[in-house]
Amino acid sequence: MNILVCLKQTFDTEERIVIEDGQISEEGVEFVINPYDEYAVEEAIKLKEEHGGEVTVITIGPDRAEQALRTAMAMGADKGIIVDDEDLESADEFTIAEVLAAVIKDLDYDIILGGYMAVDDGSAQVGPRLAELLDIPHISTITKLTIDGDTVEVEKDVEGDVEYIQSKLPILVTAQQGLNEPRYPSLPGIMKAKKKPLERLDIDDLDLDEDEVAAKTETLEVFLPPEKEAGKVLEGDLEDQVKELVDLLRNEAKVV
Amino acid sequence: MTVTETEIRQLRAVVRDFVREVVEPEAQTIEEEDRIPEGIVQQAKELGLFGLSIPVEYGGLGLNMTGKCMLLEELGKTHNGFTSLIGAHTGIGSVGIVEMGNEEQKQRFLPRMAAGEWIGAFALSEPEAGSNASNLRTRAERKGDRYILNGMKHFITNGPEADVITVMASTDPDKGAKGISSFLVERSAPGMSRGPSDVKMGLRGSHTCQLFFEDCEVPVDNRLGEEGEGYVNALKILANGRASLAARCLGSCEKLLELSMEYAMQRKQFGRPIFENQAIQHMLADTSLEVETLRSFLYRVTSLVDQGKKVIKESAAVKLYASEVYNRIADRAVQIFGGMGYMKEFPVERFYRDARITRIYEGTSEIQRNIIAAQLKREYVR
Ligand SMILES: Cc1cc2nc3c(=O)[nH]c(=O)nc-3n(C[C@H](O)[C@H](O)[C@H](O)COP(=O)(O)OP(=O)(O)OC[C@H]3O[C@@H](n4cnc5c(N)ncnc54)[C@H](O)[C@@H]3O)c2cc1C
Repeated sequence: MNILVCLKQTFDTEERIVIEDGQISEEGVEFVINPYDEYAVEEAIKLKEEHGGEVTVITIGPDRAEQALRTAMAMGADKGIIVDDEDLESADEFTIAEVLAAVIKDLDYDIILGGYMAVDDGSAQVGPRLAELLDIPHISTITKLTIDGDTVEVEKDVEGDVEYIQSKLPILVTAQQGLNEPRYPSLPGIMKAKKKPLERLDIDDLDLDEDEVAAKTETLEVFLPPEKEAGKVLEGDLEDQVKELVDLLRNEAKVV
Repeated sequence: MTVTETEIRQLRAVVRDFVREVVEPEAQTIEEEDRIPEGIVQQAKELGLFGLSIPVEYGGLGLNMTGKCMLLEELGKTHNGFTSLIGAHTGIGSVGIVEMGNEEQKQRFLPRMAAGEWIGAFALSEPEAGSNASNLRTRAERKGDRYILNGMKHFITNGPEADVITVMASTDPDKGAKGISSFLVERSAPGMSRGPSDVKMGLRGSHTCQLFFEDCEVPVDNRLGEEGEGYVNALKILANGRASLAARCLGSCEKLLELSMEYAMQRKQFGRPIFENQAIQHMLADTSLEVETLRSFLYRVTSLVDQGKKVIKESAAVKLYASEVYNRIADRAVQIFGGMGYMKEFPVERFYRDARITRIYEGTSEIQRNIIAAQLKREYVR
């Protein structure tokens, strides 16, 4: 079975976000595999353990993103592809899906896995967009995956309920928390991972035109959410309280 | 095989996650039960932590001193009893075999130690041989292809768990320090027994005990180096361990800074966070200053070690500095936490007790100062 995993390197979830000159500062920050993508990597390795085959991990990002691929290889992935994002200034979900599709269209694959979203941008778009571009079925937020022959059975999380879906390979699925418990890469595994093949591509290698894949969205401003202020406790007659609440919601919070 | 910076970052990230997700949630249990849960030990073995300092050929990670210290720094951020189990095994418990062992001994012991199947310990101290370590009484007499050991050791970290112990004993008492030899004593050695675990101030989960040798038989093949090299071996093993101990202290200091900052921002008195008081700010500034200084100093020493430089003075100084800084920072942390800092519910109380041993074992602060002074004399008095 040929298994592809698309992953993104993101801030460690415990990092504090600091904005400097309108940008999120990466100074001194630790990076990790996006936690949802980590479920995808784990599931891919389990599929390989069960069905045999090969796991290829793919990422788009700066040099440092190699570390995420190496970690996935230390967990058990066989090889990696990194697409340099230098020419992809301010790439958005559209760009990323186009570039991934360009990488993947020339590869043999039975299944593509990814996290259902990245914890940094939280858009949850790349998986479905990629499946669309490759013209294969896709199921998002899965919490269980079974493959028998070319029959795929998944359990999908739908806001707390479970949907059971059957489909066929080739397919793209995205992982939700609960799919599995990702293993720690062993430390000797990390040392061995550097011998595994890693292919470096840039968009010229993919015959892509920078302008064609240019972002469709534009970031106007980056700011931190306002600090949480102490709550207000309303007192008095119930009727007055309701009136005051509606008034506050309308005029202070401006949400109704 | 050289280790790249990317790899070190990755190794570090894995150890950090392991500490945060697996060990830290059990820290209170380790403290209460004076025992490391088997699951944690098992996972640490699977991760390869027990092979931190063992060369790749023998199944370890083959890290240089800098890499090793970076991982120990991460381990220092959690329960020091757990850190001590790994630290003593990967440090004084196995360094002798790595540095002084012959090929046959390396093949026999190191792969099992790297996998954590066999736990290592180091036994030098005796009631009459503490700071004056060469004053030991344990005897080893050669009889054919074996040595017969008689005597006792005390305060031996990992003593209750150990499968192979680097033991110093005198083969020629008339020669004093030059008559000491070192031996690899295996769990199965007839005539070795252990006392009950010592009841200590801290480092719960890590156990020390007495070791008794009564006509204990050790094959000649288990002698480490030549006869008479034991004391020098011991000094080398201890010198190698100094930076590692400093790295563990650094991790604990970083953790204490984090805990102290969190608490100072969140605890309110007189209607504002206690952090707003200059007195508290200055404590935190001093802590931060000492953490930075220690980090720079430590990694300068490790880089010298990795370049093959002789660093007797520097490693003594970094062990001394790290342990004293750790104690000051732990003391400030308790102060910042106030009454809460005295309660067992909070980890600062534990760090405060666990910090204390670092000024005593692997050479007391006084002995480190003696070493530094002796080196100074060499440098300046010609
Ligand atoms: C928890 C724990 C774990 C340990 N683990 C191990 C282990 O794994 N293996 C092992 O071999 N040992 C171990 N030890 C022993 C430890 O290394 C010794 O306790 C330490 O070296 C000090 O020796 P001592 O206790 O005999 O103190 P002493 O030597 O009696 O010292 C008492 C005091 O006198 C001071 N002093 C002594 N001589 C001088 C001098 N010349 N100049 C100035 N001051 C001096 C000391 O600094 C100290 O303040 C451990 C001890 C503890 C408590």
